[in-house]
Amino acid sequence: MKKVLSKLLLAIITISFLAPACKPKGAESAVSGDAAQKTYVAPGKYDEFYNFVSGGFSGQMSVYGIPSGRLFRVIPVFSVDPEKGYGYSEETKAMLNTSHGFVPWDDLHHIALSETDGVQDGRWVFGNGNNTPRIARVDLKTFRTAEIIEIPNSAGNHSSPFITENSEYVVAGTRFSVPMDNSNGDVPINTYKQNFRGTVSFIAVDKNTGGLKINFQILLPGVNFDLARAGKGKSHGWMFFSCYNSERANTLLEVNASQKDKDFILCVNWKKAEEYLAAGKGQKQSVKYAHNVYDEKKHMATSTIENEVTVLDPKDCPDMVYFMPCPKSPHGCDTDPTGEYIVGSGKLAAVIPVFSFTKIQQAIASKNFDGAYEGIPVLKYDAVLHGEVQKPGLGPLHTEFDANGNAYTSFFVSSEVVKWSVKDLKVLDRVPTYYSVGHLSVPGGPTKKPWGKYLIAYNKITKDRYLPTGPELAQSAQMYDISGDKMKLILDFPTIGEPHYAEAIPADLIMKNSQKIYKIEENANPYAAIGDKNARVERKGNEVHVYMTAIRSHFTPDNIEGVKMGDVVYFHVTNLEQDWDVPHGFAVKGANNAELLIMPGETQTLAWKPEKPGVYPMYCTDFCSALHQEMQGYIRVSAAGSNVPITFSTGKTNPEPAPAPSK
Amino acid sequence: MKLKLLTASALFMGTLTFTLIACGGGAEKKTTDTTPAPVAATTDKSQKEKDDKKGIGKFTKVDIPATLDKAMADAGSKIYDTKCMSCHRLTEEKLVGPGWKGVTSRRTPEWVMNFATNTDEMLANDPQAQALLETCLVRMPNQSLTDDDARHVYEFMRKNDGVK
Repeated sequence: MKKVLSKLLLAIITISFLAPACKPKGAESAVSGDAAQKTYVAPGKYDEFYNFVSGGFSGQMSVYGIPSGRLFRVIPVFSVDPEKGYGYSEETKAMLNTSHGFVPWDDLHHIALSETDGVQDGRWVFGNGNNTPRIARVDLKTFRTAEIIEIPNSAGNHSSPFITENSEYVVAGTRFSVPMDNSNGDVPINTYKQNFRGTVSFIAVDKNTGGLKINFQILLPGVNFDLARAGKGKSHGWMFFSCYNSERANTLLEVNASQKDKDFILCVNWKKAEEYLAAGKGQKQSVKYAHNVYDEKKHMATSTIENEVTVLDPKDCPDMVYFMPCPKSPHGCDTDPTGEYIVGSGKLAAVIPVFSFTKIQQAIASKNFDGAYEGIPVLKYDAVLHGEVQKPGLGPLHTEFDANGNAYTSFFVSSEVVKWSVKDLKVLDRVPTYYSVGHLSVPGGPTKKPWGKYLIAYNKITKDRYLPTGPELAQSAQMYDISGDKMKLILDFPTIGEPHYAEAIPADLIMKNSQKIYKIEENANPYAAIGDKNARVERKGNEVHVYMTAIRSHFTPDNIEGVKMGDVVYFHVTNLEQDWDVPHGFAVKGANNAELLIMPGETQTLAWKPEKPGVYPMYCTDFCSALHQEMQGYIRVSAAGSNVPITFSTGKTNPEPAPAPSK
Repeated sequence: MKLKLLTASALFMGTLTFTLIACGGGAEKKTTDTTPAPVAATTDKSQKEKDDKKGIGKFTKVDIPATLDKAMADAGSKIYDTKCMSCHRLTEEKLVGPGWKGVTSRRTPEWVMNFATNTDEMLANDPQAQALLETCLVRMPNQSLTDDDARHVYEFMRKNDGVK
């Protein structure tokens, strides 16, 4: 074993120093001969799995096909996307509203697919906003962000959105402990230990609509919550959060938060927490957070600022939370498909501890504690340990599972994936990754029912794996065939930056529900022009509202006059198409904004404030037909005092003054 | 009012046609018509010609009464306003697509209803639909009409053609 490790270290050193002058030994030989056959999806054929991959600092979520690694879509979630008009159209701006105002970016780290009875159900996919703490819900009928909720009393929402087995909750936790929102936050930073606190939040998911609501928060010591996983099966009703910085350092955490031999995994009995909540043990706190919902019928988001959250303090709620010691700055915290085993991964540890849920329950029942940390009982390490995987590799991070009792753990420092048996903790196989792997994804891997077959590693460094593209290189994933005893590398595929966690789900659970159009009869946008009879231009003070229709291949109206300097023009464009995959785009010259991309049956609005008088062209930006290039028009802007009346037309020159708008 | 505004469109269309030829007819990104043509089990030529007039789709025989069903025509009129009016006038004028005046004497009800509900396959395989595409050059969109919608629109076409 030692030999293997030292060889790996040598390989890494070689890579670091010699790349790109020479390729690491074994990079090619690691690829098996039938790799191409296993990943080739012929033109016109479908992939077997959807892979939902976090977009990290892009703020978005990307969708790939497995096993081909082909990119299908980038779903805008926390960042504006001018291509889709997301965050630019009047209808979508509210999605990015927060208690800090409009925030056009975030850092989406983790993915959680909705589950029913511990099995992926393909209804929604959740993502966390790490920077300005938020959770988003994406509707998998439309592949669009349907809802975003901000998390108060939080900073650095990293241990999120990990989901419970019936999608009862997605969770959030503070990577940064901070002074609570309703306290005076203007305190010296070195009063961390007195004034800084952590929280974990349980955000309820409505069974039918997916609607999000913060059910409660738990007030905790100022440690750094890192990752989380729900119990399942026998451990359903519990949630496990890893945390580091039990030293509660506020500077140079690299050193100061690595002092103790062990940090913790927080075990939360959330069913117990619900009982305390029902018994009125929670404290209502005055806070502010935004709750943004996209209405699919109105094609419009609304943002509501909520004012209250209920906080449970473990002081008032005994037997609700316990700390479980875990060696060396734990990162990953993963429960196996049976729910019996909880795998902790200390970033600096030389072993992987595996905890037993049965033993945790026994230790709690017999109060087998190792004292308390800030008033919260600490379970005895030896009493709750199932066992340790010895010498697995360097820097264990994350663990996924297959249906055959095997675990797969990523090792950042030694840049490899190690397969081991959950029951007897024996290492079964190891393969290198290129390079510095982060999360892993096995289809269904975090659920009660892993679908298995493939393992995808999301890497932090690509170095010499792709054609160079300047200082910044492709982000990447690597796929392994795990159907046999030995893992086989079968594909590298580049991803958008930066891939953290991902989940994969059988395609048939999603594609059968995929929506093709928005029904024009159901369009309830108050600015929709349902049919050309309703296309018109109306002035309201210094607002000019253009109710416009689009269909292959013209806009109605496409000649507009009577706009004056100082006006704000609202182009409300309704796409009258009712055919799949026929969006129309809309752009106007000089708009300090983006385009609109309007799906069939949808209405979207672009606001435009002209900068000077003149004639401005507008056109369809999304290729729609043979005469797409002809899908264009003009809007005339006159001086402020001009008497040019509002007129509008399509298919007619020398427009007559329009009659007064009918009410 | 709108009708009046759009009367110069025939000229407009002419311009579009020439422009297209100049462009060499760009790539058709959006074509989705991969459905193979059904093999017509025809025995005799005249039968085949008769079937051609009915187009391709689920409507093989639609019984049309002599008098107008006003409720159906009204429902069809509403669908026309939303889904058809952008491209079809009620006169003989061709806009993006042909004007509807006289369409019920030019086409069988089956052909109209098949074209409205089975648009992509008709454009791929029906000679008459293809001939129309050659003159209009914009593929008729599939506007997701239900079977009933198609029947109602046909009744509205009959009303437009003077059936009482």
